[in-house]
Amino acid sequence: MSIQSHSGSNRIAGVGRLVPAKTVRFTFDGQSLTGLEGDTLASALLANGIHLVGRSFKYHRPRGILSAGSEEPNALVDVERDKSRKQPNVRATVQEIYDGLQVKSQNRWPSLTFDIGAINDVFSPMLPAGFYYKTFMWPKFAWKTIYEPKIRAAAGLGVVPGEADTDRYSNRFAHCDVLVVGGGAAGLAAALSAAQTGAKVIICDEQAEAGGALRYETDVTIDGKPGYDWATETLASLRALENVTVLTRTTAFGYYAQNFVGLVERISDHLSNPGSDMPRERLWQVRARKVILATGAIERHMVFANNDRPGILLASAARAYLNQYGVAVGRKVGVYTANDSAYAAAIDLKRAGVDVPVIVDTRDNPSSPVIEEARSLGIDVVTGHAVFSAGGKRRVSSISIRPNKGGNERKVVVDALIMSAGWTPSVHLFSQSRGKVAWDAANERFLPGTYAQDCVSVGACNGSDGLQQALDEAVAAGGKLAGETGFKGKTAALKATGGTDWVLGMIGSAPGAGADTTVKAFVDFQNDVTAKDVRLAVREGMHSIEHVKRFTTNGMATDQGKTSNLHGLAIAAEALNRPIPAVGLTTFRAPFTPVTFGAIVNHARHDLFDPTRRTPMHAWHAAQGAAFEDVGQWKRAWYYPQAGEDMHAAVNRECVAVRNQAGIFDASTLGKIEVVGPDAAKFLELLYTNPWEKLGVGRLRYGIMLREDGFIYDDGVVGRLAEDRFHVTTTTGGAPRVMNHMEDYLQTEFPHLNVWLTSTTEQWAVIAVQGPKAREIIAPLVEGIDLSNEAMPHMSVREGRICGVPTRLFRMSFTGEAGYEINVPADYGRAVWEAVYERGKPLGLTPYGTEAMHVLRAEKGYIIVGQDTDGTVTPQDAGLTWAIGKNKTDYVGIRGLLRRDLVADGRKQLVGLKTKDAHVVLEEGAQIVANPNQPVPMTMIGHVTSSYWSQNCGRSIAMALVIDGTKRLGETLYVPMPDGVIEVEVTGTVFFDKKGERLNG
Amino acid sequence: MLLIKCPYCEEERPELEFRNAGEAHLVRSPAISEQSDEDFAAFLYFRQNPKGLQFERWRHIHGCGRFFNAVRDSVSDKFLTVYKAGEPRPDVETLLNPETVSDAEPAKKRAPRAKKGEL
Ligand SMILES: [Zn+2]
Repeated sequence: MSIQSHSGSNRIAGVGRLVPAKTVRFTFDGQSLTGLEGDTLASALLANGIHLVGRSFKYHRPRGILSAGSEEPNALVDVERDKSRKQPNVRATVQEIYDGLQVKSQNRWPSLTFDIGAINDVFSPMLPAGFYYKTFMWPKFAWKTIYEPKIRAAAGLGVVPGEADTDRYSNRFAHCDVLVVGGGAAGLAAALSAAQTGAKVIICDEQAEAGGALRYETDVTIDGKPGYDWATETLASLRALENVTVLTRTTAFGYYAQNFVGLVERISDHLSNPGSDMPRERLWQVRARKVILATGAIERHMVFANNDRPGILLASAARAYLNQYGVAVGRKVGVYTANDSAYAAAIDLKRAGVDVPVIVDTRDNPSSPVIEEARSLGIDVVTGHAVFSAGGKRRVSSISIRPNKGGNERKVVVDALIMSAGWTPSVHLFSQSRGKVAWDAANERFLPGTYAQDCVSVGACNGSDGLQQALDEAVAAGGKLAGETGFKGKTAALKATGGTDWVLGMIGSAPGAGADTTVKAFVDFQNDVTAKDVRLAVREGMHSIEHVKRFTTNGMATDQGKTSNLHGLAIAAEALNRPIPAVGLTTFRAPFTPVTFGAIVNHARHDLFDPTRRTPMHAWHAAQGAAFEDVGQWKRAWYYPQAGEDMHAAVNRECVAVRNQAGIFDASTLGKIEVVGPDAAKFLELLYTNPWEKLGVGRLRYGIMLREDGFIYDDGVVGRLAEDRFHVTTTTGGAPRVMNHMEDYLQTEFPHLNVWLTSTTEQWAVIAVQGPKAREIIAPLVEGIDLSNEAMPHMSVREGRICGVPTRLFRMSFTGEAGYEINVPADYGRAVWEAVYERGKPLGLTPYGTEAMHVLRAEKGYIIVGQDTDGTVTPQDAGLTWAIGKNKTDYVGIRGLLRRDLVADGRKQLVGLKTKDAHVVLEEGAQIVANPNQPVPMTMIGHVTSSYWSQNCGRSIAMALVIDGTKRLGETLYVPMPDGVIEVEVTGTVFFDKKGERLNG
Repeated sequence: MLLIKCPYCEEERPELEFRNAGEAHLVRSPAISEQSDEDFAAFLYFRQNPKGLQFERWRHIHGCGRFFNAVRDSVSDKFLTVYKAGEPRPDVETLLNPETVSDAEPAKKRAPRAKKGEL
């Protein structure tokens, strides 16, 4: 064999499809290495003779590269472009190399070759399956503080990046007639056949190149061409068709209801210098009328002692490394198999000049042309034997061979071992589509059984043995499914020669790793689950595969058991002495392979995470230097600090100004619903506790809305503009759900009512002017409305004009002061606001924000739904019994309010609290007790709902929900806090202007 | 993402346009304030949540805004039918076997409300 050293000592000249001149430089744990363009990280490492690439999850055992595809459980590495573009747990078998690629191994300290955590391997008898649940149960507190952090530190994979991801991710919705998943022989044939009819086709494949197994099955021809050439040409001709979208490096990760399939396309992970405007990945959300699954099969490893040593790989992987990448996985390669397909790999290696000292075949008398061919090449084929153990630590150095039934052991020196226990059809997406798999007893495998969606499986994933059968099936499916979507056309048959039948083999533990042994024969490499662990789970009473899976964590790692599930199932079934289908197969769930958060989150980050709603006066507030707070999606002016003021000082000034002169407040975010129609009043009677029929035109009323269970849902002031027209306001946060609630009842419970509902929240800007000078300020601006107390008393509404624009002028108050809420069409909001402000400024008109609004309303005991109520508070609890229409026979919540628990004593009721020390401000949410000297845990009788410093009262004020609160007026209660107990007196909820005289000023 | 047909728009639209609104055919009594505790509890709290066919309400909230009813298989997520609010509950047997339903086998008729384990 001739060695080509500059791209790795194991690269064989004249073998593979990469171009020797196109070299690529990358680093692995700081070591500079050279590979070739088109290499995966795995092929480039193997070319350089590197098998040891990581440490295992639990025992920190040295691990190498098992596969050449996305099923890889072991070779997980960390790829870092810079601090913010760092990806842990990248499969070396999937990552393509590029100039400057920087790779680090994971889960080792201080270095990959000397890992202190490997001591776990020595102590492994103490870490059997289920050890989490058993060993660390006592004492209870130690789990959170000692065991869990230690275990998590010792066992693990990659490290989460510390900085926000600066990569971009894009998103596309797509529709097609036929979606083909998989670009191997079957997928390409199906796509071609469907495309020939004119149907709109999308075909995706997770690899950089299409072809699947054709990339390494060198003995295959299709249509008279070598298989790989046919695949490349077919892909090119598909790309050239207008009705076909070809997506390589694209994984179908999830199959959802109604043929909705999630794909993720890796766009720049293989590029040395991706453009800054180039997304890293693109999420495709495809709705396909028909889906063809051509997802192939995955080779299984053999389960024997120390089968996890670096240098032990799947036979098909070794063949791919050789025939695609020109890399020999070793110089002395042993073969261990239970089926025919590994022979092809052995023959290819031998022909490439690699020493293949032995093929160990567990079958007693296998017969097949490939076996004869191997023998004729001089390879020692030993049948009826098993590899009982692998020698070597950081790289396999030998294998011990014995007859299956025991006997003399023979040791063969190797530097790599390739293995095949058989092939597992990839039914992952089929199962995700909620199809039911069926057990193929003859071949010991699960195949697509009952379909739940409009899809068809073709080729190896459908158990179709042999290339010709797979192609025939694929061509037929492509034509048929396209035909069902309305595209009839002729499809051309494809003729194939060669190829390996992907059948038979073995599942479960191999000889030497059976029930009577204690060897470490790994079933699930990534989660360090051995055959012994699975048997232990059965002994511990786990009889369902779902329980075995959770007890052992078999199949629960990031590879989701692609190589391990069937082995685990077979071992459990054997231990249970039940047939495999009776033990069951765990459900396959999305994603097929790990998907980045970036692809899912996509554009929904930062400003695009959620819409931001701004009022028409927003820019004015910002220009005044207002601080904003988020209320739902709204930005609301919180307070307006002047030079040198902190929040506290600003809020105090604003609160005092409102009571002494006047304040101006942006109330535009209030929800507004126009309720119109001959039955509008009747409708409101049913939706609110209050009576509405007799509310006069031009009058306002505070309304309370309940849910059917009797608890407060929302509140707001409602104005009657005409017999058949109401202007309803809701809380800022409640507007959408109140609208939905109203629509629900109108459409489904009270459809006989002739009423129309329209959301008008964004149609009106609302300017609240509150305070003793409010009328004086707005009077000169208002036309056509008599503002006198007599003509327009508190709680009335008039339509007229202000500053020349139409207005609905509400005389109402959420501050306890006389005041107005000026509704004007939103487009005039800012102009009217500015005009009112200019007019009022010389009179002391002060802008105030939501914080001052909260303090002012609390001084008056006005509740905020959602702050002073929490979904378990009735109107009676909140002191609002007066708002319930006594003579009403029906409204939403009327029956709920009669529930026994709601009328019983001992309910929490809303009261005021005054701290004994007027300067102490309680914490909202603080718990209240009757006796602070009782032992812990104390009996809590309530909690603080609202609490503020009130500059107008010269003291702190608070509201609280307290058991039997209204019977406790004058009582002293206690609020235990970390730094001492606070004494409070129970009071009424009104702290300022108890008689409410200022409202009518 | 499901595709849902709105019986008012008579169009299949993506699930994003809809909001589920819980079990269908719960009847709010016209004399609700006189309802017994048991009857009110059944109305307020008790839901079928069957594994299989369920009658449920949806709102085409980002479309026409209408509430409507649907029969959906909670295992496969398949919609068997949608119908307008106020229309009678469709017969499950007819939906499942549109061709083979016969009045000759009344014993096989299912109760109108799908129950756990029934399907
Ligand atoms: Zn609609």
